[in-house]
Amino acid sequence: MLTILFDGIAYGMLLFILAVGLSVTMGLMNFINLAHGAFAMAGGYITVLLMQRLDVPFLLCLPLAFLGSALIGAVLERTLYRPLYNRPHLDQVLFSIGMVFMATASVDFFIGSTQQIIQLPEWLKGRTELGTGDWVLGMGHYRLFIIAVCVALTVALQYVLSRTRFGSRLRASVDDQRVAAGLGINVNMVFLTTFAVGSGLAGLGGALGAEVLGLDPNFPLKFMVYFLIVVAVGGTTSISGPLLAALLLGIADVAGKYYIPKLGAFIVYALMIAILIWRPQGLFVRQGGK
Amino acid sequence: MNAQQSLLQKSSFKWWEILLWIALLSSPAWLPKHALIINEIAIVALFAVSLDLILGYTGIVSLGHAAFFGLGGYAAGLLAKHITPDPLLGLAMGTAVATVTGAVMSLTIMRGNDLTRLMVTLGFALILFELANKLDWLTGGADGLQGVVMGPVLGRFEFDLYGQTSAFYSLSVLAVCFVLLRRVVHSPYGATLMAIRDNRLRAMAIGIPVTRRLSSVYTLAAAVAGAAGVLMTQTTGFASLDLFDIHRSADVLLMLVIGGTGWLYGGILGAVVFKVMQDVLSSITPQYWTFWLGLFLVVLVMVGRERLNNPRSWFSSKASKETAA
Repeated sequence: MLTILFDGIAYGMLLFILAVGLSVTMGLMNFINLAHGAFAMAGGYITVLLMQRLDVPFLLCLPLAFLGSALIGAVLERTLYRPLYNRPHLDQVLFSIGMVFMATASVDFFIGSTQQIIQLPEWLKGRTELGTGDWVLGMGHYRLFIIAVCVALTVALQYVLSRTRFGSRLRASVDDQRVAAGLGINVNMVFLTTFAVGSGLAGLGGALGAEVLGLDPNFPLKFMVYFLIVVAVGGTTSISGPLLAALLLGIADVAGKYYIPKLGAFIVYALMIAILIWRPQGLFVRQGGK
Repeated sequence: MNAQQSLLQKSSFKWWEILLWIALLSSPAWLPKHALIINEIAIVALFAVSLDLILGYTGIVSLGHAAFFGLGGYAAGLLAKHITPDPLLGLAMGTAVATVTGAVMSLTIMRGNDLTRLMVTLGFALILFELANKLDWLTGGADGLQGVVMGPVLGRFEFDLYGQTSAFYSLSVLAVCFVLLRRVVHSPYGATLMAIRDNRLRAMAIGIPVTRRLSSVYTLAAAVAGAAGVLMTQTTGFASLDLFDIHRSADVLLMLVIGGTGWLYGGILGAVVFKVMQDVLSSITPQYWTFWLGLFLVVLVMVGRERLNNPRSWFSSKASKETAA
């Protein structure tokens, strides 16, 4: 049972890293970006290609995946996304679905539709067991590694958001764009940086998750729903909201699939709808924002 | 001309509409080779028109409209398989199931913002997809519901292999629904819907019962989508998980956008363009046609979808600035 909890937490942390960028950009720019998964896929494929074709070690691939996706994100933000910030949500949905279709088809065309496999280094392959009987806790080393990386990232993000000057600018822009701009904050720059970092984190999550979630050209469509659940349930005004939502989702999903496989993903969706009817703005929202 | 006349004139049938419907309804007779695709277009056109009712006229963004399409389809399929093969009873049954579900689900779209609604509608379609997948004793699971044999329409017209009967049947249902919906959107009721779309707060302030309007129009749209699903199952003799697929919800959204939201012919125009485009593109590049679809979407949004239906604005740069602002 503890093992399931552990796997659920690892899965949830991974979802959090994948979705946190989406949550911040959605709160910041009020932009419904269904193409977020495409950045995660980009990170995953960067890792796979570097490892397979150039024999770059796994640990070095992770920062490269982050940088690569962040760069793609920055370029796209500047060229394609920015004109759409003030457009109706329907336009944004259509645009980002179009981006997903293009990303999926291009990856299919250039790399092929087979599922990609990542060769983990030896020291990440094992498994440690603690305790006995019903309370045995089996920890895959790779999942432990994922949790460690994600916890470190979460702490770093929280620090940046709450303690640094950039963090306070970001929070000011999320609360009220116009007043923030009036106070002399370069809101466009804040947007660009945030979008790039968010895409980079998605890329990193994609690279980390390639082994756990599976990586094929349909990745953005398959996991789009999960990212959106995290954001919709967690709310877009803080990062603790999406974190708790992601953990909840991860544990519910793993436990649901283990105990009642017949119902499968059913539980997650039903839970989401129930929560959204109960608290339409998300579970954890701070009052007073816009 | 007084005010009443000018208002009534808007809702009266124009000469080109009558010609168009004569052409549409007789199309299987003069294009017998394309009867199958005409049938398919008629079905998705009906589906797109139903989405237009909530998206174009009322402003509810939904990514899960396929839920009702699938419900209607499965209900009709099960009825035909286990109880009676009569198509019209199936149509009534499928529509009724979708209507009831739509009425219940309309409670979920009242609160929250666009994102919440998007997620709730999407989630509902996914739940139904999972249900249809897992309840395999009832629905056949991933293999689909097989062995649906339909009786003749009205007891006289047998379904044939070339799709003649199917096409006439679907077109007639489309025509009946269209005339009904046309009446609805031109009525005072329809005007209140557009008021809600344009400014919900003001609509509330002038005394429009917003909640009641939203739930009734969502129910109506669900009913029409259910009817479209019924036609799909009955004319193909098969119901599969594909009816609930997220692709279907996205495609219908796309059709509506191509044809233009907020006028009923948009759904029909969009369905024709989309199906023909899909046919042509997938015969050129069967595997990668979604790329061109995606590119088309991105360009469409970038250029501004209002301009697509307003050819005069293609050549003046002033119009583009107005729509972008």
